[in-house]
Amino acid sequence: MSDKITFMIDGVEVQAQPGQTIMVAADAAGIYIPRLCAHKDLAPFGSCRVCTVLVNGRPQSACTQPAAEGIMVENNTKKMTKMRANLIEMLLVEGNHYCPYCEKSGNCELQALAYRFGVMVPKYPFMFPNRDVDASHPDILIDRNRCVLCARCVRASRDLDGKNVFQFVGRGPEKRVEVNANARLADTNADVTDKAVDICPVGALLRKRVGFEVPIGKRLYDSKPIGSDIEAQKGA
Amino acid sequence: MIDNLEATVKSICQECGNDRGRMMDIVRAVQQQFACVPGEAMDIIAREVKTHRVEVAGVVSFYAFLSSRQKGKVIIRVCNDIIDMMNGADRVIAAFSEELGIAVGETTADGKITLETTPCIGMCDQAPAAMINDVIITYLSSDQAREIASKLKKDIEPQKLVQKLGDGNNAHELVQTVVHNNIRKKGPVVFAELPQGMALKRAVAMHPAEVIRDVKTARLRGRGGAGFPTGMKWEFTRGANGPERFVICNADEGEPGTFKDRVILTEYPDMLFEGMAIAGYAIGAETGILYLRAEYAYLRAFMEDVLQKRRDKNLLGNNICGKDGFNFDIRIQMGAGAYICGEETALISSCEGLRGDPKNRPPFPAQKGYKASPTTVNNVETFCCVARILDKGPGWFAEMGSTGSSGTKLLSISGDCKRPGVYEVPFGIKLREVLEMVGAKDAIAVQMGGPSGQMVGPTDYDRTICYDDLATGGSVMVFGPGRDVLEVADKFMDFFVEESCGYCTPCRVGNVLLQQGLQKVMVGKAEAADLDYLQELGETIKTTSRCGLGQTSANPVLSTLKNFRSVYESKLQTSTDGMKLSFDIKAAVSQAAGLAERDSVHF
Ligand SMILES: Cc1cc2nc3c(=O)[nH]c(=O)nc-3n(C[C@H](O)[C@H](O)[C@H](O)COP(=O)(O)O)c2cc1C
Ligand code: SF4
Ligand code: SF4
Ligand code: FES
Ligand code: FES
Repeated sequence: MSDKITFMIDGVEVQAQPGQTIMVAADAAGIYIPRLCAHKDLAPFGSCRVCTVLVNGRPQSACTQPAAEGIMVENNTKKMTKMRANLIEMLLVEGNHYCPYCEKSGNCELQALAYRFGVMVPKYPFMFPNRDVDASHPDILIDRNRCVLCARCVRASRDLDGKNVFQFVGRGPEKRVEVNANARLADTNADVTDKAVDICPVGALLRKRVGFEVPIGKRLYDSKPIGSDIEAQKGA
Repeated sequence: MIDNLEATVKSICQECGNDRGRMMDIVRAVQQQFACVPGEAMDIIAREVKTHRVEVAGVVSFYAFLSSRQKGKVIIRVCNDIIDMMNGADRVIAAFSEELGIAVGETTADGKITLETTPCIGMCDQAPAAMINDVIITYLSSDQAREIASKLKKDIEPQKLVQKLGDGNNAHELVQTVVHNNIRKKGPVVFAELPQGMALKRAVAMHPAEVIRDVKTARLRGRGGAGFPTGMKWEFTRGANGPERFVICNADEGEPGTFKDRVILTEYPDMLFEGMAIAGYAIGAETGILYLRAEYAYLRAFMEDVLQKRRDKNLLGNNICGKDGFNFDIRIQMGAGAYICGEETALISSCEGLRGDPKNRPPFPAQKGYKASPTTVNNVETFCCVARILDKGPGWFAEMGSTGSSGTKLLSISGDCKRPGVYEVPFGIKLREVLEMVGAKDAIAVQMGGPSGQMVGPTDYDRTICYDDLATGGSVMVFGPGRDVLEVADKFMDFFVEESCGYCTPCRVGNVLLQQGLQKVMVGKAEAADLDYLQELGETIKTTSRCGLGQTSANPVLSTLKNFRSVYESKLQTSTDGMKLSFDIKAAVSQAAGLAERDSVHF
């Protein structure tokens, strides 16, 4: 059972431990599979679909699909790149992403993905939804305008903080992140030290009073594209 | 605060053993009692079953038949799906609305009656149809709608609206409904008598592995749509490790245009339960669950009665048919209005008392399903086929139909045809033959397999109905001369937008965009490039969606683009001023003009 699994990603041989996902194995091999909802400290969720790869020709999310002996994975191909860009564009038009004055700009994974995929202006029409902001908590802000429904906060609060502050309500286009209280975050046991607070990939969950502490231009993705840390592993 | 809320909710929780896993039963009961599940009730439930309020809110907000907002004691839900609309549902809705003095979605001022619309309720063969609480009314006219509304205003019990009872068990004292079976063609597998208990006795005389072998030899494939080989699924489930195993019958029948399971449940419930017990024996399960869609709640008491009678005859319970150690019983789990809960992993989530979100696969239900135990989920008709295979033998079954698709198939046929209803036909039959049989020779288009299937035109009528050609879980909707296939596709997109669980990006966002793009064509604002846009968007949704809903939800557009391309092309326009046709500059600046309180100087 502990035998290594060998498989191919875009013609490159990759090794995996039994039980590892395609994404985890790819990371170790220095191959970047784009992602948004996946996070190394959290159980896979599979909602953004940005990590979709073809496994022996069949689409699967790399963050949830176990690696298997001899599979052929298509990752960085023209077809998959196009579809991933489409998914990123969908997320950009679904919410209200005012990047130029968003505190997360430069540290935002959605924005960084858009840059990596060359998305300048989405081809889809903006939906401009009306979404709630919850600033009731003394230290934490929820701006649902930018939420991409990745469930990182849901998973982190439940699995890392042991709290269950967040959960989804509604379905379909009406789905939104809600807090474990009658109405407001202030009425939950959320705390600024919670892991859930910093794990949001976009600017939907933010700490108060630290805005623009790191200036634009010096932020995570300002000089290097998202995924380059993984690609730097190659051959290491 | 509602009187007695705390005491009532507590006692409902208690009746459900304060079991978090029975959340669906709890919130359904609270909804029934108070015509909503208010926030206070969520707090009480969360406390009693030891979960979090937001979890309860997540469940309540997921299902169409549950609501945190106060609704009327009586809820009228008129089906406004395509078949009903073709039969005048819009006039019925208008009549209700006028007579009650409220718009769709509203509740009368006295708080008594709420008017809503709903997708297919499985009565397409007798459309237009509506649910009044759990009571079904079919063949509705606008006059009748007015009469019903005025009676309801006078506090008449919905059940009293039932006048002329339907045929067969529809008139059974525990059913008492106006619904008709409309069985138009009987066949040898499902629509034929099965001596009670015989098939089960045959099964228990064999080793479970032999039962599975017979199902495999019969080459039975699932009747719910996907067509997975049933014997293989059972073998996986039997072979998987787990302290318990489960058999689940999928009676969610949510695909618009499908109503054959309704007829099986009404007329052949014994055959279904026999098939489930055989499955229990074969895979080594002690518990079966019938997941019944909320729209079929009117059949519930009757189903419970059939189950009780089978217990009394030792066809369920302990040491069934005298077989030592073969214990199996079946419980009914009601749904609450969500098409996605027909998807097997979402169905399992729902049975577990969760939001009806599909689960990540692997693990598959056969490995880790209900309560993380090996589970087989099969369609109602599939279980009936199993019972018949044990009754008549796998060879007899395999001889019918075509090579890849053995046996017969129940078709639910509705729309523009003379004889809508349920037909049992051998697999491999030509679509043309079916159309002749139902009185629809002049059909211009046929939707095979419901909105998630494909729309075909006359050039495809010589194709055959089977898993490898024109596949269908049973839904066949016929469209006659004069119907607009784009309007049909648009209606189907309404359905998918409404029914997407919202978990993944392509389905949640993409379907909304796809429908917008389609509507752009319909109103004559699309240019040639817009068809490529639709194609690419549709393929992205299909390829990247997480479950079967999103993987098929673009089909209304993709299949009409393929088979009815000329209809799209006839609507295309070319821009003459270099501006995109769909761009309305006046509308775009109107909000700003409003804020500025003056018109734009330029536009
Ligand atoms: C969105 C969606 C809805 C479905 N609805 C139903 C349904 O109402 N009834 C059903 O039997 N199968 C339905 N299915 C198929 C089930 O997931 C599953 O394949 C089936 O119940 C397996 O039974 P079978 O092998 O006997 O067909 C649905 C699938 C999807 C993706
Ligand atoms: S708030 Fe952030 S972490 Fe939570 S679901 Fe939305 S985008 Fe994801
Ligand atoms: S495709 Fe995605 S959003 Fe659609 S129903 Fe399935 S999981 Fe939910
Ligand atoms: S990263 Fe895999 S679906 Fe989001
Ligand atoms: S009952 Fe209305 S379409 Fe099926």
